[in-house]
Amino acid sequence: MIEHLPALMIAVPLFGAFIAPLFKKKQNIAAIWAILITAVTVGLSLLLMYQVRLNGVIVYVFGANKPTLVLPSGYKVPIRIMFEIDGIGAFMAISATLMSFIGALYSYSHVKAESGLEKYYALLLLLEVGILGMVLTGDLFNLFVFLEIAGIAGSALVGFRNYRGEASEAGIKYLIVSAVASLMVLFAIGILYGEYGNLNLAYISKQVSFNTLDMIAFGLLFTSFAMKCGSVPMHYWVPDAYTEVPAGINPVLLVSTYASLYALFRVSFTLFANISLSLTRIGWIMSVLGVLTMFIGVTMALVQKDVKRLMSYHAISQTGYMLLGVGVGLTVLSDPKALAEFGRTAMAGGIFHIINHIIYKSLLLMTAGALFYVTGTRNLNEMGGLARKMPITTLCFIVGAAAISGIPPFNGFASKFLIYESSYRLNPLLAVFAMVTSILTLASFVKVFASAFLGPPLEKFENAKEVPKPMIVAMVILALLCILFGLFPDIVLDKLVYPAVDALIKVAQYQTWGGLA
Amino acid sequence: MTTTIIKTTTKILTPLILVFGSYIILHGHLTPGGGFQGGAVFASGLALLIVANKYETIKTLFEKVPLSVFESIGALGFLGMACLGFAGYTFFKNVIANSGFPIFGGKTPVGINPGYLNTGGTLSYMNIFVGIKVLAGLTSIVLIFFLIMRRERDEW
Repeated sequence: MIEHLPALMIAVPLFGAFIAPLFKKKQNIAAIWAILITAVTVGLSLLLMYQVRLNGVIVYVFGANKPTLVLPSGYKVPIRIMFEIDGIGAFMAISATLMSFIGALYSYSHVKAESGLEKYYALLLLLEVGILGMVLTGDLFNLFVFLEIAGIAGSALVGFRNYRGEASEAGIKYLIVSAVASLMVLFAIGILYGEYGNLNLAYISKQVSFNTLDMIAFGLLFTSFAMKCGSVPMHYWVPDAYTEVPAGINPVLLVSTYASLYALFRVSFTLFANISLSLTRIGWIMSVLGVLTMFIGVTMALVQKDVKRLMSYHAISQTGYMLLGVGVGLTVLSDPKALAEFGRTAMAGGIFHIINHIIYKSLLLMTAGALFYVTGTRNLNEMGGLARKMPITTLCFIVGAAAISGIPPFNGFASKFLIYESSYRLNPLLAVFAMVTSILTLASFVKVFASAFLGPPLEKFENAKEVPKPMIVAMVILALLCILFGLFPDIVLDKLVYPAVDALIKVAQYQTWGGLA
Repeated sequence: MTTTIIKTTTKILTPLILVFGSYIILHGHLTPGGGFQGGAVFASGLALLIVANKYETIKTLFEKVPLSVFESIGALGFLGMACLGFAGYTFFKNVIANSGFPIFGGKTPVGINPGYLNTGGTLSYMNIFVGIKVLAGLTSIVLIFFLIMRRERDEW
């Protein structure tokens, strides 16, 4: 059964998603069902990472007689849809399943009062399926299909509180952005398919050459995935979507954004390896995009009054760090000496920052959701003195805020430090921008802390109580992860991050399906 | 909106459309079309029925039909057929085709032929399940639009 693991990663959450609407009368059971299914997927993804570390690239061919039958007899090219899982795919799968579990757990009490919850949980699980499919697949068209699944499920969830006008607006916005991005992706896939007559990522990556059509396809894919991961000129949908979505979905929506980031990396490092190896410009574009994203994101965050909106702008800004780290690695990809000296470290920083950011930003958005749950408002000016009423939420917020600002014992420091160190080697200016962004981040979180938690207790919140247990458990798990990842970064780097980095760098391994052909 | 013309046309056309939809679903593995297209055609027949009848009739009728359950059944059936491949092969492996299973398991003849319905294996079952899901989904969309629109029309 262990060889069917990649298929089970999709089949189990799909099964959960289709069962969930049947619990129409008992919405509590739907919630427990979603928690159960997501917990199972967490176990499966850990097992998958273990297998990848053990065997290298895992290939799963759908519909074949054997999971590893890439080239059936008589064929020179792969004809079936396949999943190809290497270090970074398994790394993203762990992030996705973990955050789906946390999100389902948190949602149990956070959205209890709403109606239509069986659909909510079905959509949550479908979103998870979309993300998992995107990060595990080895087929271009399959990537598009799962991108669409994630986009549609995500936009429905963003508009879940449809009695609020803003939520519907944000949902429509997200839907349009996803549709435009996926259409551009489809167009690029069409170009590549017309040129090479195949949709297999590994196969096409061997054929790609320096011609105009390929450059157009590359540009389209790069832009549309940059759009879906909220990089700066195309970041306008992020604040709306993250603000209006119920806080329990925020972790999953974050991972779905980073699944697009993963696709961006996969496209630049693997699919168009032939182009990006000889054009250092592409790495520079990614790095500069990263710097712009982090700086513009944080400056826009400073002026916000809505607590979730402020955190959403920080989400944009933190995406910049990942782009910068991996962009530095991409710039020096063709230079083995520089790659070994600082390129690999930079990429490790960028990729480590993905999981760190997912953890602490989910934590922060969930504390913001807890504030909303208790006070019924997201406006910072109307809050105050909540620290005594909600001690655990306050502690979780402090951990999250310290982590996002890159203060030493927490996980944000570990990955940011790697990025500072290595981007300095490429160009000192990049590191300067990264550090200034960190300081501004700290400033804006001090503002949130002071206005929401400190100050004299307000009369209208006299009866405010700590949030229910499932929400607390979800937040505490993430806070503990923040501290653990910060205290033992070397273990995480060795077990999770460096395999992912090496998977991106070693293109040849991916192109030969891990030595199968 | 309902006139004698629409009612009469519906009486004649709906059975034809429903049969045609089922035909496209069942022959999905032989002719152009398949589960999705057939389901859409089937749902358009149901949409015609919805439009041609009174608000109250439709409301009471469709309250008894669990459309979302049909959707789940369609999706779960599809997944179940795909999971059959776990028995020794891979996910989505067509294990029924050419196996001699009495329904859709017949041997596919080689060469030019008119196409035999009793072939296709898992594929034919998947077409049927997709058809169920699509017809339930599209019908519920049309139904929701119809019910909301009618309510507003009454308020005018």
